[in-house]
Amino acid sequence: MNPMSTQPANNDFTVKIANVNGTGSASANTLLMKAFFRMGIPVAGKNYFPSNIQGLPTWYEIRVSRDGYICRSGRIDVMVAMNAQTYRKDLADVAPGGYLIYDSTWPRDRQLARGDITVLGVPLARLCNERFTRARERVLMKNIAYVGVLAALLDLDLEVVKGLLRESYGAKAQLLDANQAAFDLGYDYARANFSCPLPFRAQAMGATSGHIMIDGNTTAALGALFAGATVVGWYPITPSTSVIDAFKRHAERLRKDPQTGRTNVAIIQAEDELAAIGMVLGASWNGARSFTATSGPGVSLMGEFLGYGYFTEIPAVLVNVQRCGPSTGMPTRTQQADIMACAYASHGDTRHVLLFPANPEEAFYLTAEAFNLAERLQTPVIVLTDLDIGMNDWMCRDLQWDDAYQPDRGKVMSAEQLEKIEKFHRYLDVDHDGIPWRSLPGVHAKGAYFTRGSGHNMYGAYTEDAKEYQDVVDRLRRKWDTAATLVPAPEVDCSGRHRVGIISVGSCDGAVREARARLAASGVGTDYLRVRAFPFGQAVQDFLDAHERIYVVEQNRDAQLRALLLLETRIEQTRLVPVLHYDGLPVTAASIVDGINQDMAKGQAA
Amino acid sequence: MSYIAKPKVVHPGLPRNELGLSLRDYEGGMSTLCAGCGHDSITAALVQAAFELSIPPHRMAKLSGIGCSSKTPAYFASASHGFNSVHGRMASVATGANAANNELTYIGVSGDGDTLSIGLGQFCHAIRRNLNMLYIIENNGVYGLTKGQFSASADVGSKAKKGEVNQQPPIDPCLLALSIGCTFVARSFSGDKEHLVPLLKAGIRHRGFAMIDVISPCVTFNDHEGSTKSYSFTRQHYQPAVYADYVPPAQEIRSGQAAGSVQAVTMHDGSRVLLHKVGADYDATDRLAAFGYLSRHQAGGAIVTGLLFIDESQPDMHEVQGTPAEPLNSVSYARLNPGQRGLDSIQARFR
Repeated sequence: MNPMSTQPANNDFTVKIANVNGTGSASANTLLMKAFFRMGIPVAGKNYFPSNIQGLPTWYEIRVSRDGYICRSGRIDVMVAMNAQTYRKDLADVAPGGYLIYDSTWPRDRQLARGDITVLGVPLARLCNERFTRARERVLMKNIAYVGVLAALLDLDLEVVKGLLRESYGAKAQLLDANQAAFDLGYDYARANFSCPLPFRAQAMGATSGHIMIDGNTTAALGALFAGATVVGWYPITPSTSVIDAFKRHAERLRKDPQTGRTNVAIIQAEDELAAIGMVLGASWNGARSFTATSGPGVSLMGEFLGYGYFTEIPAVLVNVQRCGPSTGMPTRTQQADIMACAYASHGDTRHVLLFPANPEEAFYLTAEAFNLAERLQTPVIVLTDLDIGMNDWMCRDLQWDDAYQPDRGKVMSAEQLEKIEKFHRYLDVDHDGIPWRSLPGVHAKGAYFTRGSGHNMYGAYTEDAKEYQDVVDRLRRKWDTAATLVPAPEVDCSGRHRVGIISVGSCDGAVREARARLAASGVGTDYLRVRAFPFGQAVQDFLDAHERIYVVEQNRDAQLRALLLLETRIEQTRLVPVLHYDGLPVTAASIVDGINQDMAKGQAA
Repeated sequence: MSYIAKPKVVHPGLPRNELGLSLRDYEGGMSTLCAGCGHDSITAALVQAAFELSIPPHRMAKLSGIGCSSKTPAYFASASHGFNSVHGRMASVATGANAANNELTYIGVSGDGDTLSIGLGQFCHAIRRNLNMLYIIENNGVYGLTKGQFSASADVGSKAKKGEVNQQPPIDPCLLALSIGCTFVARSFSGDKEHLVPLLKAGIRHRGFAMIDVISPCVTFNDHEGSTKSYSFTRQHYQPAVYADYVPPAQEIRSGQAAGSVQAVTMHDGSRVLLHKVGADYDATDRLAAFGYLSRHQAGGAIVTGLLFIDESQPDMHEVQGTPAEPLNSVSYARLNPGQRGLDSIQARFR
């Protein structure tokens, strides 16, 4: 395919469904997305939903991409306009040459007129009202009916759809029949009234085997589950709540102890985020692997305890599913605007290890890794995902778990070790790597020490002595240097031939990959580094040193990753050019290409 | 504070407990609080209680928030782990710690500022969870470390050292705890160790959240004429409703102990608490009655003390959570890891 193409083609188009939230469209949209996936075609689903339970506009976007590009396409080829509130906007969003499907039970020929697209009216409400009797059913089944319309227009494999319906509703024959009937209503109407299929359609491929469609909140939860987390303190907040929901659901099945019949976890809903992180620190201090998940305001509230964890050196894992800030912001929109707030969360000289997964697959591995790092380094580790990774379904390679895995519990004194030593000192750097040994409560009287956020010396005793205090904070800085050698290395695609580099982070990755292909097609070659952790480590410095001009692509207004690079590496301001996207929707390849092209054009003009 | 550290030499004649330990083995670092501080008396009572209960010191965990009271865990049980957390947040740390290991004895020490202002939310929710711990409020009506501001327990009309009179109604931790389901509510006075030690022992042995509000005068900022939390005011208005006596498991109740109007409550470990009622109408197992008694008598200016309410029948946090009997921090990874097979079974749903 020509990467510069903006025309739809077979297995290369985007469908968007505009709906009203609370009308049960989620299962219909999942059905549609899964149908492409089961046909072996790479697909991505993005849900743009309101912070509301019923009655506000909601959209679901499905990108079908034979080339495997899974970021937001930024182009709508087929719009299903089910929400009269947003007709005007939805009509305007359709790309020239595209299609708009709407419920023509109430004809709106004049309102929906646009010369350069095709408007297809389907009397969805009338068809469903004639077929179904109960009010709720009539509303719900309109959604399945539009899936039927799309199946006809896009030539979906009907066996695949039937199979999916059986899996979802097979247990209830009546429900299965109703859904199949609604699907047929839409399918038959489209076949009878429109020229099917459209010029672009779905064609079976074999590109999805060995893959799953999964959201990053589920995979982060699985990462914690497989890493052996047993205590969870949490407080509900969008968009991180489903991390805990998933952890609970899967723990109830996979953590049921055959010996006791009990589930080997304690999941405690806290009164607020301050308590949630307090519980995590208490549990980790006591030797359990423990974590919390939060978003936006929750991170701000956890600040004091994060600083406490840093200074007293207690492991903790926090999954921050970033949402749109500042303040309450837009809770159901995505952003990467907590990078700075997390890197230096809390007052005083505080810094935290951050991990940046790019997708749900990596969210699984990095969340699991966060527990090893937290315990090895005895410090809080924050996994920064975002709403796009956390709540949207992504096509990912199958997850693997090494059955030989053993958790790295770090430097923990056993009862035997404590018995042998003369005296235990909590904060003594005996191994010269900045990481002291810790002891767990209840293990041995010789291990007892007093954990305090106030000034302490290397022996763990209270101090207000200038030198004793400074010794401890200097040693914490040495521990940070050790951290830089232990955190995951960046992902680098460096030919050594290009003078232009791109640095990016997290969920920008898919869009950057597509942007690089488009840039390459237009003759602009780029190298690429994706940061996976903070502290950055040598590989990041090497990449910065090796490129003249480096575009830093991220999803926030203030170029926070760029700022962190400027603070924590040796790089001049002028060589780091921000390429920013921060409107709350996931970043597109087009916006990155535009940003880079604009800067290059400026360079040529000067 | 005193400047002379007591040498750690144990006189061979000192009494030993069931573990062969002496009182000295339950002591901690030297107190840095003001001479005469009520908190130091509470610390001494805690040392006594833990010694008498023969708790292995390393099987205790001491937790606190911030403030004068929260310094005290450094002054007892040096062989126990301590956790001096952030201001008002000890309860959440204790919750997590207890979730990880249900076998340790958790002793939380807080103050009226730490609990009733900044930490009010965490205090209430730990009560609602019936977290298995002893939670002591060293209550002096002022912020000591920041030099004498009123706390939320200051009574209306109580006068500050500089003359200011408090006009905001106080939060009474006992009434509050009773109203939100606390399963062990007691009040005592730092100046009455004989009364306090059995309460501490019963609170430690209570399976659930044991709250003891201990009036503990601040000699520097709130022990003057006009204060309602001074030694003299407390002594004058002190009104025991019920005395508690702690009887360890398998020990006979002596005839003297059972005299008068006595109510026996059996604890989960088989020990018993004997409640000697002062007022014949007092029933420490009747939550509503206790609330009414406290409200009525306090309206008349009395400081009602004793084991005011106890309920051993309520499930604690672990029972509600359905966690295993075994501490979660000692379940082996092999039993926690679902392995690739478990992962595959999950992934089948995402195809």
